[in-house]
Amino acid sequence: MIDPYKIRNDFPMYRNRIKMQGKPLVWLDNASTTFKPDCVLDAVKAYYESETSNSHRGDYDLCFNIDQKILETRQTVGRFINCRPEEVVFSSGTTASINLVAFGWGAKYLKKGDEILLTQAEHASNVLPWYKVSEMTGAVIKFIPLDEEGRLTPENLSAVITERTKIVAIAHVTNVLGYIAPVKELSKIAHEHGAILVLDGAQSVPHVPTDVQDLDCDFLSFSGHKICGPTGIGVLYGKFDLLSKTDPFMTGGGMNAKFDMCGDVAYLEPPLRFEAGTQNIEGILGLKAAIEYVMNIGMDNINAYEEALKRYAVSELEKTGNAIVYNPKSEAGIVTFNIKDVFAQDAASFLNSRGIACRSGQHCAKILIDYLKVVATVRASFYIYTTKEDIDALVDAVRHGKEFLDAYFN
Amino acid sequence: MPTSIEITPQMMRAIIMDHYQNPRHKSKPEGDGYVSLHASSSNCIDDFELYLLAKDGKVLDARWDGVACTISSASTDILCDRVIGMTYQEAEYVIKQYLAMIEEKEFDASVLDEAIVFLHTGKQAARIHCATMGWTALKELLEKEEK
Repeated sequence: MIDPYKIRNDFPMYRNRIKMQGKPLVWLDNASTTFKPDCVLDAVKAYYESETSNSHRGDYDLCFNIDQKILETRQTVGRFINCRPEEVVFSSGTTASINLVAFGWGAKYLKKGDEILLTQAEHASNVLPWYKVSEMTGAVIKFIPLDEEGRLTPENLSAVITERTKIVAIAHVTNVLGYIAPVKELSKIAHEHGAILVLDGAQSVPHVPTDVQDLDCDFLSFSGHKICGPTGIGVLYGKFDLLSKTDPFMTGGGMNAKFDMCGDVAYLEPPLRFEAGTQNIEGILGLKAAIEYVMNIGMDNINAYEEALKRYAVSELEKTGNAIVYNPKSEAGIVTFNIKDVFAQDAASFLNSRGIACRSGQHCAKILIDYLKVVATVRASFYIYTTKEDIDALVDAVRHGKEFLDAYFN
Repeated sequence: MPTSIEITPQMMRAIIMDHYQNPRHKSKPEGDGYVSLHASSSNCIDDFELYLLAKDGKVLDARWDGVACTISSASTDILCDRVIGMTYQEAEYVIKQYLAMIEEKEFDASVLDEAIVFLHTGKQAARIHCATMGWTALKELLEKEEK
């Protein structure tokens, strides 16, 4: 079982006793980003202090060693999500990964009248690239209806999928409500109709075990910084035969096998084809350390721990009689709520005044209006170092929510 | 506290809550002749329209409508209260003093009236924009009218 107090010793953000508004920091915005343990910082620092070299750019040892470490990172990612190293493409993050699929695969193969299926719970980065692809190709975007709790069900996918559906693009865990989608069943339905399943793993890969073979998703995107890794590094996993048929989103050095002045170009095989220019090498090395760190804790343990925290938070918040929780039943460590009679943004400032970092906003306006009947909410999201005391601090603030203007006067 | 009248933090809270819960000027205008400006921000939820009716260099009416937090609702409503009936120059002077107060610079408190309640907005840096978005929108509208 996870010991968050022990884990905190690995994190300078905790060891340094960082304060906000003069209060000990209570970090409950892990769906947005996470803190970094020493091993990640050490890996990044070592690259600049003793390992600096570009990759694929020389015949000397330092360069060879970096190439080797980058390959090892692909292998680490492979063990983490159960895929082959050559199916691991480095990107700047989930957004870049989804854009690569949208423009490299979607824009290449979709035709007028083809359908792209999304849900209303998707994050903007899994909606807007598809709008652009729809504009470019004439493909139509349709939304899979969610059930009354805001869940995506296999039945609802079956009800709207047709032979014209070419892409089903969904989040494994949604960023507002935190439901875990039944991906295995959804990918089966997609494949039966000749569509591919493009999975947004930004909120799932850091928190729940991910096995791309078992899920049978065709592409999966995730970000390093939400798994205790550096910002600016992420992964696109793709089934190798699909990656082979995907166009590069960016062209340039490091991704071509040869080219001449007549315009004849041969691109490298995946994954290098998609990694034009010098890569975020410190990010890649930091990502490796981060993945090893969470794998060492165990993804099953992380998942179980966050679920327990979620249940505790929901029950304590409900006991105050002063909170409206919008997703009491969802599985992931995300609690979306409002303090009664307090506008979400005012609540977030009040929490800030007590040293508590939560996100307020519309997160995803469409689902909020349709399912939550509210324009904005506050979101608290947990991770391996979140303690019950963090949640108690949040609950105590909610209990005193009526005094939210204290933020400006105390 | 740099104000001519005695105002306690309790009164300041009450004024903010009153303008938030019972805004005097929150509605779409029904008459003709209004100019308007959209006020929104990338990092808050606030999203509203500010309306101005002006004639012969005077503010005849100011209104707003939309979604906004307590700070932006109350500050915009108090703004409307304050500038109705003023000349452009008077209104611009008040706005200038208010913005100076929020930026924690020297300001003339004598013209701010209820707007003084936002004296401590700087304690919550993320809300400074909320406290000023209605005011900067009106400033822009007035400058356009003057041209």
